[in-house]
Amino acid sequence: MDVERTRVDISHCAKTYADGTRGLQPTSLSVEPGEVLALLGPSGCGKTTLLRLVAGLEVPDAGSRITFGDTEVTHLPVERRGIGMVFQHYALFPQMSVEANIAYGLRVRGVDEAEKRRVVGELIDLVRLNGLEKKRPAELSGGQRQRVALARAVAVRPRVLLLDEPLTALDAKLKESVRDELAELLRRLHITAIHVTHDQQEALAIADRLAVMQAGRIVQVGRGEALYRTPEHPFVASFLGRVNRLERDAAARAAHVVRLGDMDIACPPAWQAQDSVLVRPEDIEVGKVTAGWGDAVVSQRVFLGDRIQLKLLLPDQASLNAEVGRDHPACMGDAVGIRIQPQHLMPGSELSLISL
Amino acid sequence: MKTPRQVSLPLVLLTALVAVFMLAPITLSVLAGLVNNYSAGLKSGLTLRWLSEVWELYGGTVAASLLLALLCVLGNLLIGIPCAYALARSRSRMARVFEELLTLPVAVPGLATALALILAYGQISGFRQSYAFVLVGHMVFTLPFMVRTVSSAFQRPELYSLEEAARTLGAGFAQRFMGVLLPAVLPAIVAGCLMVFTLSVGEFNLTWMLHTPLTRTLPVGLADSYASMRLEIGSAYTLVFLLVILPVLWGLQAAGTLIEKHHGR
Repeated sequence: MDVERTRVDISHCAKTYADGTRGLQPTSLSVEPGEVLALLGPSGCGKTTLLRLVAGLEVPDAGSRITFGDTEVTHLPVERRGIGMVFQHYALFPQMSVEANIAYGLRVRGVDEAEKRRVVGELIDLVRLNGLEKKRPAELSGGQRQRVALARAVAVRPRVLLLDEPLTALDAKLKESVRDELAELLRRLHITAIHVTHDQQEALAIADRLAVMQAGRIVQVGRGEALYRTPEHPFVASFLGRVNRLERDAAARAAHVVRLGDMDIACPPAWQAQDSVLVRPEDIEVGKVTAGWGDAVVSQRVFLGDRIQLKLLLPDQASLNAEVGRDHPACMGDAVGIRIQPQHLMPGSELSLISL
Repeated sequence: MKTPRQVSLPLVLLTALVAVFMLAPITLSVLAGLVNNYSAGLKSGLTLRWLSEVWELYGGTVAASLLLALLCVLGNLLIGIPCAYALARSRSRMARVFEELLTLPVAVPGLATALALILAYGQISGFRQSYAFVLVGHMVFTLPFMVRTVSSAFQRPELYSLEEAARTLGAGFAQRFMGVLLPAVLPAIVAGCLMVFTLSVGEFNLTWMLHTPLTRTLPVGLADSYASMRLEIGSAYTLVFLLVILPVLWGLQAAGTLIEKHHGR
């Protein structure tokens, strides 16, 4: 089914609650037509608040502005905003069948019976719920309920689809398969969507772009891969994956390097003020003791099945966590050489602030 | 397959003793209404004479009580449900105070509530002399039961999401109230109705103060017959109460269970 592709512009949108707490700092964000954008962050970071502001379920502070395409919707009530929403626990109507749930939005709009049946049939096919039309939500599995919720939300051809932690209610094993299914469905629908989650893998798997949030503001927006590889902010680096911190003294900063025993790793000159840099465990190469490589001793070796986690003691840095392939020969107590490619280093404090 | 269970003998005996102790008054009371002469006991022979006499004298109160209870349920639905919703969604302090006030008639003796009603509205003689006056009393007494039950159902967190979900799908207030919220709290409404019906049928305290000789309910008639008739008539009246009211209550209970099952979450 074809849906309208709408651009969403959020500008200077803020939310202060009645008790004076700032749920969301003034925030600006754009979602391209047909794009899936994830709002990613820990609980309490304001991602759900932002989603509910876009939905119209919360009233933003004065001066906020939200537009869908050419229409300003800031003051439109949620009923008339033309959004579809998938709730955290789906909020399916318990007394209605799968069919009736999906058709609800059409029914309240007074769509005629034939058209209603056509749309519901089409959606049942799309989300593969054939044979379950007459079942009640309570009789469905978690993944099926999630698909009903998605079908119900898109049945009314919303301009924007909003997903509030759509996978939280599922157990870990189911999560992965439902996640990929959801990603595929969203691609097929080609609808502008905003997806709230605290799970970085979910965000990476489903969204085209990620907006990482912390303490009521957006820290960085970008494609998942770019955010993972070249974060501008240590929070983004540590929220999207695991990191090690390497300290730099004044001499190292002046020489534009970070020191790892005998090895100097070049840092961009713009990082002169960074007194520490970050590196991911999988970006640390662990090999034989070699001239020109850093020295380390393996103090712990944890076999994780698909990979091995090594804890490395260094003479001049805090201990590092490294991850190597499952067949790596390093054992506990071994002296090893380590190397880090310069392009894998990430800034240890916020770049934009420092470079200004 | 049933697993054999060890049941201790003292426990069985105790259970039997308690059961006999509880059932004896009912059995004796029912028997008293069926014998010719209670003081002579079963020897005097069984008769349906008292039953027919009760039906002649007080038959009207049965219909009156059932009708009153039904109207009371209806009134509770019309006033109680909107009130429950308003209280569930309001965050003001006044709403909490109002809720307390609403519950007051349950704690205050019925006689006091009735006296207050008479003092306030007793002069409106058309009202005072009709069943409507008794109905108002019953409503005042039963409303908190309906409101509390349904209001706590409206406050369940999933109800908030259901309401929001309906809003995002474009449903206006009336559409989501009738189509989504009411069906979702239906089990609580049914439970509330059963409670209100039962309370109204058995209500004596308030009703005794509010009734007139022409507006009697079953429990008031029962008191009247105990006070002014033979013991056998009073007992036969109890039997009538059991025969008429219990099947109705059981029927309603069954209907309620059925609806709850049908709407099970």
